[in-house]
Amino acid sequence: MKQVEKMTIIKHRCIAENIYELTLQGELVQSIEEPGQFVHLRVDNGYETLIRRPISLANVNKKAKECTLIYRVEGEGTTRLSLKCVGDRVDVLGPLGHGFPLAAASSGGRALLVGGGVGVPPLYYLSKALKQRGIQVTHVLGFASSAVAFYEEEFRALGPTYLASVDGSIGSQGFVTDVIRKENLAADVIYACGPTPMLKALEVSCPDQPLYLSLEERMACGIGACMACVCHTQTDPEGSSYKKICKDGPVFKAGEVVLG
Amino acid sequence: MNETTEVSLKVDLPGLPMKNPIMPASGCFAFGQEYADFYDLNQLGAIAIKAATREPRFGNPTPRVAETRAGMLNAIGLQNPGVDHIMAHELRWLERYETPILANIAGSTIEDYLYVAEKLSQDARVGALELNISCPNVKEGGIAFGTVPDVAASLTEKVKAVSEKPVYVKLSPNIADIVTMAKAVEQAGADGLSMINTLLGMRMDIKTMKPILANKMGGLSGPAIKPVAIRMIYQVSQAVSIPIIGMGGIQSVDDCLEFLMAGASAVAIGTANFVDPFICPKIIADLPQRLEALKLSTIEDLVGRSWKTCVTV
Repeated sequence: MKQVEKMTIIKHRCIAENIYELTLQGELVQSIEEPGQFVHLRVDNGYETLIRRPISLANVNKKAKECTLIYRVEGEGTTRLSLKCVGDRVDVLGPLGHGFPLAAASSGGRALLVGGGVGVPPLYYLSKALKQRGIQVTHVLGFASSAVAFYEEEFRALGPTYLASVDGSIGSQGFVTDVIRKENLAADVIYACGPTPMLKALEVSCPDQPLYLSLEERMACGIGACMACVCHTQTDPEGSSYKKICKDGPVFKAGEVVLG
Repeated sequence: MNETTEVSLKVDLPGLPMKNPIMPASGCFAFGQEYADFYDLNQLGAIAIKAATREPRFGNPTPRVAETRAGMLNAIGLQNPGVDHIMAHELRWLERYETPILANIAGSTIEDYLYVAEKLSQDARVGALELNISCPNVKEGGIAFGTVPDVAASLTEKVKAVSEKPVYVKLSPNIADIVTMAKAVEQAGADGLSMINTLLGMRMDIKTMKPILANKMGGLSGPAIKPVAIRMIYQVSQAVSIPIIGMGGIQSVDDCLEFLMAGASAVAIGTANFVDPFICPKIIADLPQRLEALKLSTIEDLVGRSWKTCVTV
């Protein structure tokens, strides 16, 4: 059940250039159902940054009532968030949305997890959950450069991990789709989160496997009321049918919605 | 004044017998279902549901929202499933609650408005209509009817003629003289006013050097517009005799009191629902204590207090 809670910051550190890892503690963690869900953070109690920020869950520890978020400092809200200290409390609305279907991969099967930039974090929580279910996980992670890359070791501890970067400063030079092709990576199911061009490229290049994509859009309410984050469906691409990324998603099966 | 008198939050508006003066604003609450996950909607004074149009509308491309200092811009574009769907599904779902419904209607032609108004006004679940002539985000309609007093008055008159329920007209702040507009729609038969809709605004993306919103322009809401709303309600409430539902950046019980003092008879909460899903019940819970502190026993006592001749209590 989604709720609003002032969660306490347990850990907050910079893990790459402008990339922060934030661990929060609170009861809300018990309600998290699946990887790919997100939380909606209110950075200030004042009016400087009014609207909440949607941030994905990179890790969840229900026993310790802790969840970890990884975000990039992008604008005013995330800049202010990055200044918060251990012990501070953050107003969190969540958990929100529908995540990655773990049941799409069966025990003993193989899953390929493809992430780009700040789309990488939810795949860590997903990978841990899949591994726990006896699924072999392989990761392909794309970053702009080595300066903004993170969690390489964490992913390697779970399964084979390939890196790609736009400038070649870490892993192979190029895009995640280049790596998949070059390494001939096959899987029973593919899960992805990252920039829309990456998701589009995957939809085109991996038509034969079940593919699940986590989408991103500017949101206001995060619960399906404001209609800010809607997208067209592929069966009615010009019409009035739609899906809400915050409520029906953020994870959709490839072919379900039109990628912006 | 009798110190032991219970504070009454009741507000009786045309078509809307409200147990308190708080309602969520149209477009900021969808049709209530998302917020019913958080609290019992029977706590609300009324519910203004999202605008209905004749045909289903997808609305504008995304991005549809952008944050601003103490506010936000939106250009949703009146996305809704169409009046038939709303009457068959959303309003039927709302039958589980007793809260009066203010049904917002929009259109791009007079015929569209009349079609939607006639249908919705016949729905037993609808208490009153809110005529949206002030949506800044739809090219061909909405605001086209809301900037010229004669045009707004003519539409109001026609909608009144087909409607079986009271009609509130939602006014745009994007005009030079709000009082002339308010008087024109009052004369045309409006039973009440809703004010204000959003202020037309823009933001640029520093990286792309283009507008952030796909629609380029959008409606500004949130605390940033509160003083504009209060000023307009102060002016209009002294010039008309129909009740005003006040809105524009309300975030707290004291914001709500300011609107009432300015001349609103009830208030609507918009953007704040996105920040705090519990904002409406929180303000309702805070009201009795604030009224008591001000030595007031009814909401009515506060309406227009800023300009009414002071009555000794």
